[in-house]
Amino acid sequence: MEINLEEQFQKRIDEEVKIEPRDWMPEKYRKTLLRQISQHAHSEIVGMLPEGNWITRAPNLRRKVALLAKVQDEAGHGLYLYSAAETLGMSRDEMLEELHTGKAKYSSIFNYPTLTWADMGAIGWLVDGAAIMNQVPLCRTSYGPYARAMVRVCKEESFHQRQGYEIMLTLCKGSEEQKAMAQDALNRWWWPSIMMFGPNDDNSPNSAQSMKWKIKRFSNDELRQKFVDVTVAQAEILGLTIPDKDLKWNEARGHYDFGAINWDEFNNVVAGNGPCNKQRLKARVDAWEKGAWVREAATAYAEKRAKREKNKIEAA
Amino acid sequence: MNQKEILFDYILHLADNSMIIGQRNAEWCGHGPVLEQDIALTNISLDLIGEARSLYQYAAEIKGGGATEDSLPFLRDVLQYRNLLLVEQPNTDWAYTIVRQFFFDVYHYYLNKMLIEHSNDTRLKEIASKTIKEATYHLKWSSEWMIRLGDGTDISKSKMQTAVEELWDFTGELFLESATEQAAAQAGFGISPSSIESYWREKVAEILEEATLTIPEKGFAQKGGKTGIHSEHLGYILAEMQFMQRAYPNLEW
Repeated sequence: MEINLEEQFQKRIDEEVKIEPRDWMPEKYRKTLLRQISQHAHSEIVGMLPEGNWITRAPNLRRKVALLAKVQDEAGHGLYLYSAAETLGMSRDEMLEELHTGKAKYSSIFNYPTLTWADMGAIGWLVDGAAIMNQVPLCRTSYGPYARAMVRVCKEESFHQRQGYEIMLTLCKGSEEQKAMAQDALNRWWWPSIMMFGPNDDNSPNSAQSMKWKIKRFSNDELRQKFVDVTVAQAEILGLTIPDKDLKWNEARGHYDFGAINWDEFNNVVAGNGPCNKQRLKARVDAWEKGAWVREAATAYAEKRAKREKNKIEAA
Repeated sequence: MNQKEILFDYILHLADNSMIIGQRNAEWCGHGPVLEQDIALTNISLDLIGEARSLYQYAAEIKGGGATEDSLPFLRDVLQYRNLLLVEQPNTDWAYTIVRQFFFDVYHYYLNKMLIEHSNDTRLKEIASKTIKEATYHLKWSSEWMIRLGDGTDISKSKMQTAVEELWDFTGELFLESATEQAAAQAGFGISPSSIESYWREKVAEILEEATLTIPEKGFAQKGGKTGIHSEHLGYILAEMQFMQRAYPNLEW
């Protein structure tokens, strides 16, 4: 009977019918999605830290408010995504436990430090830009709750990306010092952003199955190429140089060729040796541990209150 | 001080309060005890900084000479800041943050209510009318947290009682009238803080009682913020907040 169920499941996927939480699904589909969505949620939450690092130092009030609201949006994305993942049978607390013990991963991009204000521009422009490339197709992913969460996430992400680009534009129209700050940020964030799309296709073992299940719609390399193609023109408008001497338009392919990616660096950061891996995880664990008494008190109070209400009703 | 200078100084006092507590709350962003409350406190921070912007814009118009909503917060030093000592106190932990917010929210709510009812300055009334909606929500949120944590566990109760006692020293200043406040009230655009004291004490007593917390003795009131004599904390808040404008002056961002 199992085979039949799998066939029916695949048929629904092929017919573009969304899979919902109560539907039968192969265990591996559930696990793959749970891993992907919880990783995505963790990325939103850990991703609050590098930008949160500049909220108190934003250069003017307009920027401060915009940055604060942006980081808050990321917390909101974390919430939708944890909720979507919970429909697959794991609680938010369990997912957080996996993050805190290092069992679950998050996007490696957030293990790089934010050193200047220009990093707020570069992250919005490049990191959110790359995230959008990855995420727009997820609005049509086969699992209903994930697809619906992503529709909301994508709307806000594209706003963030424009906001980041506008920071870069302002810097590039500014003083020599500001322009140098913008170029430096591009130099530091370019390659990590390119790496956000994950390993090359010939080195990405889970991709074929995810494509078949329509969790993924495009391969890592396709998305990476698309990102490079649109970003080059944006860098030209800014008057900035992308730090890749091999970057060149290829007339025959109709795409930009670009240099080899340093996968050693990527693997190292994934393995925990990036410049901020330890600090990021520590910040999350600290927030969780220091908040324990607050969560316990909130639970205790809610229980007391429920009991009082019950007593009141019984007395009446 | 002439009338214009009094109005300017009075607006700065209102703006600096919301700016500094907004900046303090923003330090929590990404570090809250639970995601929903991280979002809630950030909302409050956004409201308060938004209010400060409206007030700084008004103050900048009065001052003229190229003053802006940014030159006022980013280019004044400690002695020119007019905020209450309460709002510059460190976050310390969630208990301190909640108690600080609650003490401020009660004050902020009644102050804006009075401004709407009594100020003869149209612009201040307009800003207060927008602020009161937000302040009403802030007060509800912080009151609920006072009660939840006061009447939660033994640990939360003890942390809250400590925070109440330590921050209590900074609440007396709320009602000590500065020369500017006195002149502003006389001129009809400002509110004498003593006129909101009884409302503040009544509300605080009501919530502390429900939270099963003890109200401290009246005690000694630390003061000075309204006239620029601050605690050592404000210098560090400004050093961080003003870093970009000080390191790279006169640029667009």
